[in-house]
Amino acid sequence: MCSTCGCGESDLLVHPHDHTHDHPHEHDHGIVSHGHAGEGRRLAVEQDILARNAEFAAANRRLFAQGGVFVLNLVSSPGSGKTTLLARTVRALAGEFPVAVIGGDQQTAHDAERIRAAGAPAVQINTGKGCHLDAHGVGHALEGLPLPESGVLFIENVGNLVCPADFDLGEAGKVVVLSVTEGEDKPLKYPNMFAASWLMLLNKTDLLPHVEFDVARCLDYARRVNPDIEILQLSARTGDGMEAWLDWVRRGQRAALAQQVDRLEADLAAARARLARTGG
Amino acid sequence: MHELSLCEGIIDAVTRQARQQGFGRVRRVWLEIGALANVELEALRFAFEIVRRDTMAAEAELDIITLPGRAWCLDCAEPVAVNQYFDPCPRCGGYQWRLTGGNEMRIKEMEVD
Repeated sequence: MCSTCGCGESDLLVHPHDHTHDHPHEHDHGIVSHGHAGEGRRLAVEQDILARNAEFAAANRRLFAQGGVFVLNLVSSPGSGKTTLLARTVRALAGEFPVAVIGGDQQTAHDAERIRAAGAPAVQINTGKGCHLDAHGVGHALEGLPLPESGVLFIENVGNLVCPADFDLGEAGKVVVLSVTEGEDKPLKYPNMFAASWLMLLNKTDLLPHVEFDVARCLDYARRVNPDIEILQLSARTGDGMEAWLDWVRRGQRAALAQQVDRLEADLAAARARLARTGG
Repeated sequence: MHELSLCEGIIDAVTRQARQQGFGRVRRVWLEIGALANVELEALRFAFEIVRRDTMAAEAELDIITLPGRAWCLDCAEPVAVNQYFDPCPRCGGYQWRLTGGNEMRIKEMEVD
């Protein structure tokens, strides 16, 4: 039994918990007509299917906010170059502020080893047969990782452009990585992921001379699906375009830090006001 | 195949609420799923049959109500209907629209005894 959230090791279905959402109220009505007049009672539930995950994500988000951590959830197909990108990003940024990485893969700890070799603490979540990370698993992974206070936490999701789109992990935003060795129509084939992402990184641009990939068309498809998406092009292997990505991360880190300062100043002001009231 | 995870969430929520209110069995569950939600309905139905086993919802039927995609077109300044994220605005043919509804994944109601 887990002391933080009360979960058992193996049984997700009997997972007792306090929760913050409303409990259902009983009522009788007949607005849902499906022809099968049941004998039982109708209860309104009116709850998001992902409500449980949302509670865990909110807890993670509170923890990140307290620590002033800028958190990115990196999503992509398998083989888009996320780990190479992260290793290079860690090497560039680890001297500027704390950086840590949580990686999700079905098997092996290879990715975490590559990140640690690049200079940042990393933990690997092996999802086994699971196709995505969820907020509960990330919460547990945080127990094994020093929180990069006032820095950046990268969560490298399982390589999958479908399932991770739905699972909020408590991140500030999702970054979708697409490489030019994939089809340029991926934004249309997997629209939910591109619609859910803040930033698209078009990776492996050094290979453009060798592949048939229409960059303009790809970017157009991405913007059709998500008119607000930001797009950067880079090659994590050669380093071309990396600086714009690193600056993007630095801006996010500074924004998270500024929010932390605001929060601490508000706490300080409240404490001073209490002291003044009680000081006579 | 995250439909399996979604069904674990559904079964967990309905059985917990039924138990809290003193009922012994969940007979039917109504879901509202938006037309643009990231879920395959056949996979969801298949996963539901697996996940409901050995729970108080073991014989529960699943009813899925599909909600239409709705958007606000910034160029037309009008509400419009959409079916996919990459659909053009049906009025102006542009893509400058924001989704206002149609990505829901909700448990609406259940029948218990």
